Amino acid sequence: MTKFMVRCLLFVLFISTSFFSFAQEKPEMADAMRSNGKIYVVVAVCLTILIGLFIYVFLIDRKISKLEKEV
Amino acid sequence: MDVPHLFILNESIRNLYFHVCMWFSMMILFGVSVVYSIKYLAGFNLRNDIFAVNFAAVGSFLGILGYATGTIWANYTWVTDQNQSLGSILKEPKLIGAAIALLIYGAYFVLRGSFTDMDKKARISAVYNIFAFAMLFPSIWIIPRLVGSLHPGAPGSDSGNPALNFKDIDSRLRMVFYPAVIGWTLLGVWIATLKIRIQLLKDKTLLHD
Repeated sequence: MTKFMVRCLLFVLFISTSFFSFAQEKPEMADAMRSNGKIYVVVAVCLTILIGLFIYVFLIDRKISKLEKEV
Repeated sequence: MDVPHLFILNESIRNLYFHVCMWFSMMILFGVSVVYSIKYLAGFNLRNDIFAVNFAAVGSFLGILGYATGTIWANYTWVTDQNQSLGSILKEPKLIGAAIALLIYGAYFVLRGSFTDMDKKARISAVYNIFAFAMLFPSIWIIPRLVGSLHPGAPGSDSGNPALNFKDIDSRLRMVFYPAVIGWTLLGVWIATLKIRIQLLKDKTLLHD
């Protein structure tokens, strides 16, 4: 009987600890983006624009090299 | 540069120099594109059509960048601890209007691609370009400001998100904002002229008139 009780107690403890750890877990990405006065949102926006510009200019570059081959 | 200290927005107010400038220069480039479309319709010079389509292309590229940066910004400012969820953001009239405007310009390029006859293509797409530019104003500027929106400039933003409701832009922001608009526009014009020069080289034989 005592064995069973100990097992039950352990089970409850295990469940509760896992619950607590679950409650403390937060999405890390959002925290990082919301930290330091949301400055990383600005960083993300800058990177989006830079990457977009690079892709666009790269596509134009490819067009030019194609034209160079033709001429 | 110091920026106004605001709740919810925090440092992300600096996105004003990027996100808002994208839309500003997009409007300027689309305006230039329409001028060249009208010039094409006045004299049917194919050179003006090439100018119009490339300015519209770079304009829509800046529009897509503006949309992408807007989604990032909205994700960390509009979704707050209040009852704003992704569902309420997707109902945003500003987002829907901007999407419609970009899709209309997407249809402009689809329309151009569907013609085999060059003169017909240039003529009909020039007329469509004027329509697309006219549609920008209700879809981006007028309708979102008539109905409630989280985006600044809407009458409904008084109730939902007071931090976003700054009626006038701060003078410290203005010092960076206006040069940034000019700079982004010049960058867009530069890319557009590069594209135009490529196209002019390609169609050298056709344009010899």
